[in-house]
Amino acid sequence: MSNILLYAEVTRENFLHTVLFELAYKAQELAQKLDKAEVSAFLICKTGLAAEYKEAFINSAFDNVYIAEDDSLENYSTELYSKIALDIIKEVKPDIILVGATTQGRDLAPRISSSLHTGLTADCTGLDINEKGQLAATRPTFGGKLMATILCKTLPQMATVRPKVFKPAPENIVKDTKFVYFKPDIENIKTKVEFVEFVKGMNTCINELDSAQIIVAGGRGMKNEAGFELLKNFAESIGGCVGASRGAVEMGLAPVDIQIGQTGKTVTPKLYIACGISGAIQHIVGMQESDKIIAINNDEKAPIFEVCDCGYVGDVFEVLPRLINEFKAE
Amino acid sequence: MKIIVCIKQVPDTNDIKWTENNTIQREGVESIINPFDLYAIETALKIKNTLPDVEITVVSMGPLQAEKMLRHTIALGCDKGVLISDKKFAGADTYATGKTLATAIKSKLGDFDLIICGQFAIDGDTAQTGPSIASQLGIPQITFVRELKQCSQDSICAVREIEEGFETVKAQLPALICVLKGLEDTSRAKINGVIRAKNTVVDVYSMEDIELNPEDTGIKGSPTYVSKAFRPVHNRGECEFCKDSSSLAQKIVEYGGLHE
Repeated sequence: MSNILLYAEVTRENFLHTVLFELAYKAQELAQKLDKAEVSAFLICKTGLAAEYKEAFINSAFDNVYIAEDDSLENYSTELYSKIALDIIKEVKPDIILVGATTQGRDLAPRISSSLHTGLTADCTGLDINEKGQLAATRPTFGGKLMATILCKTLPQMATVRPKVFKPAPENIVKDTKFVYFKPDIENIKTKVEFVEFVKGMNTCINELDSAQIIVAGGRGMKNEAGFELLKNFAESIGGCVGASRGAVEMGLAPVDIQIGQTGKTVTPKLYIACGISGAIQHIVGMQESDKIIAINNDEKAPIFEVCDCGYVGDVFEVLPRLINEFKAE
Repeated sequence: MKIIVCIKQVPDTNDIKWTENNTIQREGVESIINPFDLYAIETALKIKNTLPDVEITVVSMGPLQAEKMLRHTIALGCDKGVLISDKKFAGADTYATGKTLATAIKSKLGDFDLIICGQFAIDGDTAQTGPSIASQLGIPQITFVRELKQCSQDSICAVREIEEGFETVKAQLPALICVLKGLEDTSRAKINGVIRAKNTVVDVYSMEDIELNPEDTGIKGSPTYVSKAFRPVHNRGECEFCKDSSSLAQKIVEYGGLHE
């Protein structure tokens, strides 16, 4: 029987990182293609925290959850977490291990895969099981200009998966989840790195864009600060959040924490409206999974029109005020 | 103090062209130092400016033409360049690359205090080679380093940039760090550096020189392989164009705009 094992990351604020639920729903789909595969998770956290998450695991169709708790695990540590993860993996013997491609996941996963002498595919945006039953992990390379599907010759097959690319289950899938506690062998792990402090960031990467249902994003075509002011007013008129392309950020029109694209955020709103964004591939990879995309641009040949549901060729400075008026009137 | 900086020569991804077969055209595309690696070098140079007796060795695994790039890092102020080059390395994934570099470091560079890598390479974008090297060498790692708070002969204190903010950790040396791009400009070559670069021999080592088994590198030594590469496709239907703002407004409402 094959097994899919997911890493349940705990955020600084002691929440389960949402990428777990995206992975859980995707793993259920992969498990269908593998004969009776079980989907399990492993959780490493401070003592007592796991109990708070039990319901979330039960509602996300996990077969087993392996838990290692200790007071020394309050702060993430590459050394402790990777050693404990290896102990759990050696016991569970999964065929596939999926980890969210967060900073923690991208620190932890290569340490685990190297120790297991197995492969790891980074920051995947597509996962499938091929006809031979192998994990086929697809990821963007060359700044999003080329997609590569990667297979692994060894077991376990590992991948880090970009958050927000897959959707969580639309509703709870309740299962009779087994919770298995592992006693972490902390005393025998030599640590050479110590945690000093954590300061909540000013430019925190997690903001309202992550959960926004409607995003209005501006690019170089918004030209100046007045243009972005207009964009904000438009976003307000339809109940949306403001995002920006890298071009707009580089022009100093928008802060870097609302940048959408390869080097910024990946967003998946119900509606994405791109204003004055030409549609460089680096931008597209950050918003292409939105349910509906509308583009407004004065260049009818702009590549953004190749990836949208609805387009408007014209001057953003003319059409946005008209739209604002229309929505304000309603 | 001995610092090793690992760098990679990459194609300029802003300059990617396509062949008729939808593969990336590699001929005639300019090669550059991976931009993140310039900050790895910058970090090493900063330490050299603050601590006595710091020696910086820059290592790269790649084709022979990467020798020119290593020479350039000497012009920037680094001390030595080492190129690990062999046709048998071709097709190495991050595991095999980490193993090859770790083996070269062990066999040719001996003792070291600190290894500095760029967090990402702009071509592969995996962020895995640094941790892979650290793991193979059995030393601690600090990734996503935004800035160094302190570096002494036996420890390093660094600020990591993570999703929710900034985490400071302190590691005993030897250790490996992966640095993010800084905000400041990186150094330019200095005249005496350029002269020194001209007179410095970059050591070039083959697979046999570093005593690496052919089974442990290149495609053979890589657990992963690319089964297919393709241009991104969008499966969204044809774009429907609106002629005026009121039909556009209708579409916005239809797609869920305005609704709470």
